Order: sequence, then structure tokens, then C-alpha cells
Amino acid sequence: MNHILIIVGVLVLALTIAAGLIWVERRLLSLWQDRLGPNRVGPLGLGQVLADMIKLFFKEDWIPPFADKPVFVLAPGILVLTILLTFAIIPFGPHFYVFNSNIGILFFLGNSSLGVYSIVLGGWASNNKYSMIGAMRASAQMLTYEVFMGLSLMGVVMMADSFNLNTIVEAQKGGWFIIPQFIGFVVFFIAGVAETHRLPFDIPEAEGELVAGYHSEYSGMKFGMFFVGEYLGITLISALIATLFFGGWLGPSFLPPFVWLMIKTFFFIGIFILLRASLPRPRYDQLMTFGWKVLLPLALLNLLITGAILIFLK
Amino acid sequence: MNIFFYIAATVAITTTILAISRRNAIHALLNLILSLLSISVVLYLLDAQFIAALEVIIYAGAIMVLFIFVTMILNIGLENKQEKKWYNPRMWFVAAFFAGILFLDLILAVKNAQIQPVAAQVIHSKQVGISMFTTYLLAVEIAAVLLMAGIIGAFHLGSQEKKVMHRFLEKK
Amino acid sequence: MFSILQTIWLTFLHLFHKAETVQYPEEKPYLAPRYRGRIVLTRDSDMNERCVACNLCAAACPVDCISLQATEDESGRRYAEFFRINFSRCIFCGFCEEACPTYAIQLIPDTEMGEYDRQNLVYEKEHLLISGQGKYHNYNFYKQAGVDMGVKGKGEGEMEEKPIDVKSLMP
Repeated sequence: MNHILIIVGVLVLALTIAAGLIWVERRLLSLWQDRLGPNRVGPLGLGQVLADMIKLFFKEDWIPPFADKPVFVLAPGILVLTILLTFAIIPFGPHFYVFNSNIGILFFLGNSSLGVYSIVLGGWASNNKYSMIGAMRASAQMLTYEVFMGLSLMGVVMMADSFNLNTIVEAQKGGWFIIPQFIGFVVFFIAGVAETHRLPFDIPEAEGELVAGYHSEYSGMKFGMFFVGEYLGITLISALIATLFFGGWLGPSFLPPFVWLMIKTFFFIGIFILLRASLPRPRYDQLMTFGWKVLLPLALLNLLITGAILIFLK
Repeated sequence: MNIFFYIAATVAITTTILAISRRNAIHALLNLILSLLSISVVLYLLDAQFIAALEVIIYAGAIMVLFIFVTMILNIGLENKQEKKWYNPRMWFVAAFFAGILFLDLILAVKNAQIQPVAAQVIHSKQVGISMFTTYLLAVEIAAVLLMAGIIGAFHLGSQEKKVMHRFLEKK
Repeated sequence: MFSILQTIWLTFLHLFHKAETVQYPEEKPYLAPRYRGRIVLTRDSDMNERCVACNLCAAACPVDCISLQATEDESGRRYAEFFRINFSRCIFCGFCEEACPTYAIQLIPDTEMGEYDRQNLVYEKEHLLISGQGKYHNYNFYKQAGVDMGVKGKGEGEMEEKPIDVKSLMP
């Protein structure tokens, strides 16, 4: 019974944060662009979330006649499903987790690699040139960045001696992993931005060139799923960064562990939005070159040095 | 536990059959992905968690994406006349006959074999790693050499010759 | 690398800047007196219509949103029988104001012309005509110069000299 409560709690929490991020992102972006942002609907404009949701639900859900219908319908679901599944492994507190898995990090990597399908299939099923180009870019970009994402986490795994996220958090009692694993953190953060195709790396949807990329043909709640999936992805990556490198729920005891994790997560969500506010989009080949020629050697070097030091200390 | 195994196994068999019988290449690949995922569920139920995760990450997550990528680039049409021809009974009758013999053979082999219950212990990733770098070191090294050769070959095929300043100045 | 971090930091500092937004319905932005907004027809200082229905504004209008028809009253003074501006076409370029020889047609700093029905944007003469002089006070076309129209006698205009007595030799 308690377990079911936790599952429902995590689900509601993740979806609430993702919906709330619609408002948070617009307000923060406007702060950084010297504007005010949405402040009309409800107090502080918080009703904007509700208004947006109502709008998305009641929009016409149009499936183009030239689309591959079953795949077209399936694609947005995969994105939300894979990301929501990954929330299961995040420890929100000492005894507040859905699934205490021995292969926690591998579970996350597997799910994030399955998330690629949503975008690739969505773009392909739309049967539209722009969507297709977006899907191609997405598949290449996400395949590339998954590699470093996995490699950058292996340093943490070696230091904690486990794939289990609870064990990793426990292992950070002596000090957060950000200090010994700074390179790993940087690589993971950049790969995380690319994996959620957030703004500096949003070339799969690049609205300047590709209309809306892979979700050009989507409307109504199907577009809403892609939309929510993106915010869920931001929340997930932020929570994982907080868990893996910043001690997760660890913190001084005047606040409950759950609150500590939330503070850290929202800090990184803020950085995600700050990146969107400040950086321009790189060209596609620049992105790939940066990935393979800078991040991959960096991640491998980090792995090598971490392993060597760990063996030396033993 | 058992019922999950049977569900996953049924899904795996059904999707594999669907994968080889679909005309649409992408639909076939989707079924193949589902089949790989259900096989990874089977592996997980057999307490081989590490291999189950790797199955998802590498096969379902990386290799099949590449397959779909290539299929998308080649833009294989929905109606393929040659493939239609292959679907008439004459074409696959011989193959089906030999496959049936193999299947019978397999059933007999399984029936006569001494089936041991799967070791009821969780295989940790550490054990997998240690056995890979001690017992199976040679196989790992050979695989590494093979992959290296593949990478060099891909690099060679993919690299373009530097263009001279202008296409009119190129040596014919 | 360093410049990217610098960019991020500079953007972050904008958190402490004042927002440029003007909260429109509550606080209105300043519009200069010569702002080109809604078009009005003005009257002269005697509260007579300035417009003489010369059609120059309609000719100057690049989108042809002005239509009018001239007529005369019993004293021979020209005025517009109807004067119609379709504001759903108007681009507020101000060419009509420049073309007008009598300062009758003027653009005023009022932009709040939203309507739910497109037809409501077609303004007739009674909507356009204001009971004031607009931007140019104490200007009366008929008092400047020209023929006797019952407003001033011949040669009594402000910009006009006395008629020359051609039969006299005196300067």
C-alpha cells in the first residue's frame, strides 16, 4: 500500500513539475530578457499552466492523411513513457524511492536510448521533409551523446562501486562527487542538454530552419505530449545531476531530505533555462564535431584517470 | 514470476514473427525492437540484470536506431514488387521445409537434454566484468580488434578527398 | 569556452535589471502628438467643416481606403456629401494628411480601435468629424486667400493683398 502511494506520489510530482515548468520557464526567460512574462491569468500568472493545458486538450487533434497512422500515434507516448519510467530509480529520500534497482544507472541509460525512437519515429511517420530532417538529426545527435553520457557516469560508478543510485547517494556522505568528478559532471551536463534536445542543442526542432522539426505535423494533445516530455526530460536530467554529483537528498538536517533534492533539482532546471536564454544554437556539424572530438576523449580520459587513482589508493 | 516469463516469451515470439512478415520496413523494425525488449525482460527474470540492461541499451537503443536511420535514409518504398514476389508459396516452401526439420531437431534436443534449473542467484555487473577480463579475455580482445578494424574501415570509406580550389582546376 | 561562460553570466545579471514591459491596459505608453493613429476630420475656428471634398486624400491613399463624394451648399461652398474611411484597410501612413490642402484630415495619437466585427471598422463622416480644430488651431482655409465665399470679402484674406486698382497709376 505504502509502495503504491509512493508510485502515485512520484508520478504526480513529476507531472506537476513538468506542467509547472511551462510557467517557470516563461517567467525566468522573461526575467533574463528584461520582460515580465505571463502575469495575467491568476496570481503571478500561475493560471497560465491551466490555461495552456485547457488549450492543448481542446485543440483539434489532426492526423495528416499522408502520415503513418499507428506509428504517428505511438511516437509521443514513447517519449513520456520512457522518461516517466526513469523517475522510478531516483531516490527522493532515504526510504522514498519507487524501485531500488541494482542497475539503476543502466536503467536510465536504456530508457534514454529508447527515448530516441519517439523522435525518430515521430519525424518519420509525419511523412514530411522537415520532420524527416529533424528526425535524422535527432537520431544522430542522441546516439552520439548517449555514448558520452554513459561514459561520463562511469567515473561516478567506479567511485561509488555500484550502479545503484541509493548506494551512490550514500557514498557521497563524505563529499559530493562534483569535486573529484568535475569533468564527468561537465560532460554529463552537456550530454544531458543534448539528450533532452534543449535549446543550445535543439537542432532536431530548430524552428529557424525546420519549422518545428520532428513535431511539425503534431497538434493538440499529441504535441502536448512532446511538450510535456521535454519538460519531464529537463526535470529528470536535473534530478539525476543532483543525485549523482551533488549528493542527492543529502544535506543539513534542518530541512527534510526530499526538500534538499528539490532545491538542487530546481537549481539545475534554472541553469537549463539560463542556457536557453543566453546561448545561440550551434550548427549541426559543429555539434557532432564537438561531441566526438572533444567530449568523447574528455570522458575517456576522465574514466582512465579515475580508475588509475582508485587503484593507486587501494 | 513464471507468468511474467510466459508473457514476455509470447510477446517475443509473436513480434519476431511479425517482424519477418511485415511489408513496411519500419513496422518490421519496430516489431524487432519489441522482440528485443521482451527478450531483455526474460533475461531480467533470469536474474541476469546486467545483460538485460545492456540488451536494451546496445541492441534496442543503439543498433536498432542505426537500422531505422539507414532505412529512413534509403527511403524504402511501401510497395516493393520484388518483395511481393518472394511472398508466394513457391519461393519459401523449400526454406520452410528445412526450417521445419531444424525445428523438430531442436524440440528433440531440448526433450532429451538434461535441463538444469537456472542458478537462482543475482549475477552482479562486477562478476560479469571480472569474468570478461579474466576467463574470456581472449574473446574480448578479438572482438575489440574486430571493432577497431571496422572503425578504421568506416573512417576510410567515409573520408573524402580534399577538393582542389575549384572544380575546373581538378585533374581529370 | 571562456566567452560562452561570460555570455551565460552576463545573461544571468539581467535578473537584476528592470523590466522594460509597459503593462498596457493599466499604464499607457506615451504617444507623441504627431503619432499617426486614428484619422479625424476637423473643423475650422468657426466650427465649419474644413473639408472641401477635393479628393486629394483619396488619390494619395496607397490602399484606397478613403472614399468621398463632393457636393455644394446653397452659398456654393463645397463639402463632402459622404466621407468614408475603411480602417480595416488603412495602414496609417499619413499620406492623406500630407495631401490635404485645408488641414481637414488629420491623424491623432489614438490607437485603440479594436473591434470584434470587421464591418465596425468602416467609419462614416459622422464618426470621423470632430467638433474641434485638431492639431492646427485658428486656421481657416477660406480666410487665407481666394474667392469670396461669404467668409471674407475679396482681398481681405490673411495671406492676401488688397486688389490692385488697374485703372490707377499710383503704386
